[in-house]
Amino acid sequence: MSNIGSYEERLKNFRWSLAEKELGYKDGEVINIAWYCSDRICLNGNSEKIALYYEGFGGVVKKFTFNDIRLAGNTIGTFLQNLGLKNEDRICLFMDRIPELYLSFLGILKIGAIVQPLFSAFGDESLFVRLENARTRAIITQRKHLFKVRKILDKLPDLEFVIVVDQDKNKPLKSREVLFNIEESSPVENMEIFPTVAESPSVLHYTSGTTGQPKGVKHVHYSLISQYLTAKWVLDLQNDDIYWCTADPGWVTGTSYGIIGPWSLGITQCILDAGFSAQAWYSFIDKYRVTMWYSAPTAIRSLMKVGDEIIKEYNLSSLRQLASVGEPLNAEAVIWSEKNFRMPFLDTFWQTETGAIMISNFPGMKVKPGSMGKPFPGITGVVLDPNTLEPITEPGRIGLIAFKPGWPSMMRSYWNNEKKYQEKFVNGWYLSGDRARIDNEGYFWFVGRDDDVINTGGHLVSPFEVESALLEYPAVGESAVVSKPDEVNMEVVKAFITLKIGFVPGKDLELDIMNFIRKRLSPMAMPQEIEFVEALPKTRSGKIMRRLLHAKEWGEETGDISSLESD
Amino acid sequence: MENMKLEEMKDIVLNYVIKEYLDDEEEKITYDTCLISGGYVDSFSMVSLLVFLENKFKIKIPPSKATPEAFDSVNKIVSLVSQYMK
Repeated sequence: MSNIGSYEERLKNFRWSLAEKELGYKDGEVINIAWYCSDRICLNGNSEKIALYYEGFGGVVKKFTFNDIRLAGNTIGTFLQNLGLKNEDRICLFMDRIPELYLSFLGILKIGAIVQPLFSAFGDESLFVRLENARTRAIITQRKHLFKVRKILDKLPDLEFVIVVDQDKNKPLKSREVLFNIEESSPVENMEIFPTVAESPSVLHYTSGTTGQPKGVKHVHYSLISQYLTAKWVLDLQNDDIYWCTADPGWVTGTSYGIIGPWSLGITQCILDAGFSAQAWYSFIDKYRVTMWYSAPTAIRSLMKVGDEIIKEYNLSSLRQLASVGEPLNAEAVIWSEKNFRMPFLDTFWQTETGAIMISNFPGMKVKPGSMGKPFPGITGVVLDPNTLEPITEPGRIGLIAFKPGWPSMMRSYWNNEKKYQEKFVNGWYLSGDRARIDNEGYFWFVGRDDDVINTGGHLVSPFEVESALLEYPAVGESAVVSKPDEVNMEVVKAFITLKIGFVPGKDLELDIMNFIRKRLSPMAMPQEIEFVEALPKTRSGKIMRRLLHAKEWGEETGDISSLESD
Repeated sequence: MENMKLEEMKDIVLNYVIKEYLDDEEEKITYDTCLISGGYVDSFSMVSLLVFLENKFKIKIPPSKATPEAFDSVNKIVSLVSQYMK
């Protein structure tokens, strides 16, 4: 029997207070996510239950009980307090998926500070703009990423501490750098956890928009209510489960469902800190007897490409529940998983801003391959007419996906950007920026983004950010960045570039520009293709018509080109 | 180019991977180190590695052959590249 039971029954008289009651939380009381994810689980008699199995490069294996993660959270929290860090300070996590990342997440929240997780593959420019925007006071990182931090440190006066978790003691540290090794620290049995309340800030994730710099999405401790209940009802996490979320905590899935959801439910989870390979992934499921697997369409399509034969080499019979997030899951992938794993991947839809799953396929509910599913109970989800911004009532008509504000994990602001935040709410609705249609049975079907943001392998890339970085390359005169179709990643970044006088297009130049963007921004922002052109299409007022280039890549109609500048 | 020895090719590829993709200068990799599954080169960055190989060795590798498995070590990459140099 699934946790949700009947979806239709759950819709009736739904109250978020159901989750509050299960968690023993009462309105107005202290609520601290880290306490709920560790101390509370121990107090409930599960201190010796495994919280985390970790497997890293070179076959390094570690495991942690709930008491271990409770102690580690205390130890790290106390260390941070002793440095003088305090509630509402922004503390960045910039690490690979090593245990210290997960343990530091708890430690930061325990002192009431705000966790700012950033993807460790970010280049120095991507790192800089996010740390500068948040006025981050401390960053916790690994030796291997230290060179990126050192490159930008002088430009970040607010960044007082660079905490390195694995630095060789014999290697000299530089100004502002501090060594902290959790394994060599005395465990702190008791600490006074900061009394955060429902609206106290907890996590600051950065997300890309069409224009401007990335936005810091501020979440609060009350988000736990949504994350707990959606993990329970959608992912169907149950007491004996071994759960594997393949997302990196540099992104919201990796915190909402890679830390908070499972641990607030006292669930054992496992982490594989290695690159993708079908053998490694299937072997991991087999070895740890994974029962619930939450992954992404890009990974699923990569597994499909490797073929079905390899699956027979592993015992994957432990799997009982599969789900997917990050981008629309195509029908073929759902059908493939039904054939090979005896069950479909349940597609889930949500965003950094929503903090938790909003639309989903649910255990026990009929799955329509290719559909996003239906809104979570307690969520009012509609598609709006783009012109009137009123909900569309007739089935099949495409509109803007929107939600009635007020769910527990809704973002509370964009960091230092109230204007952008307010723009997300129109006519009493939160606008997601995505388009969909709803069929006659209430299922949502994804259509596409409503803006120019590129969703590549589940990562949002801002064309503006890439174009800005391209202009810093000496040979680039102008650039326009659009998406192009991709079999595995759904879409990837493509750049159209004009060169300054004196530079000649060529393959070596293309490679150099690619590597420039990869190191400066991130691998997913790196154009997978660069097309050198004589000129970019522009309006008469000089604005680059990205729309035309996009249409060309996707084989679509170009639409109205009356404003196109003629030669 | 046709006469380039395998060892020489391996060194070219290894040095390029170290220069472009290794963050930790103290980390050591060999011809057999797993590059993709070991997390040194991600799937997005594989494209720039492919462009490098095609430029350097003046070859064209079909997209269907440029798989994570074929790019998973220097030895595998050189084996793939050498097929298209003949």
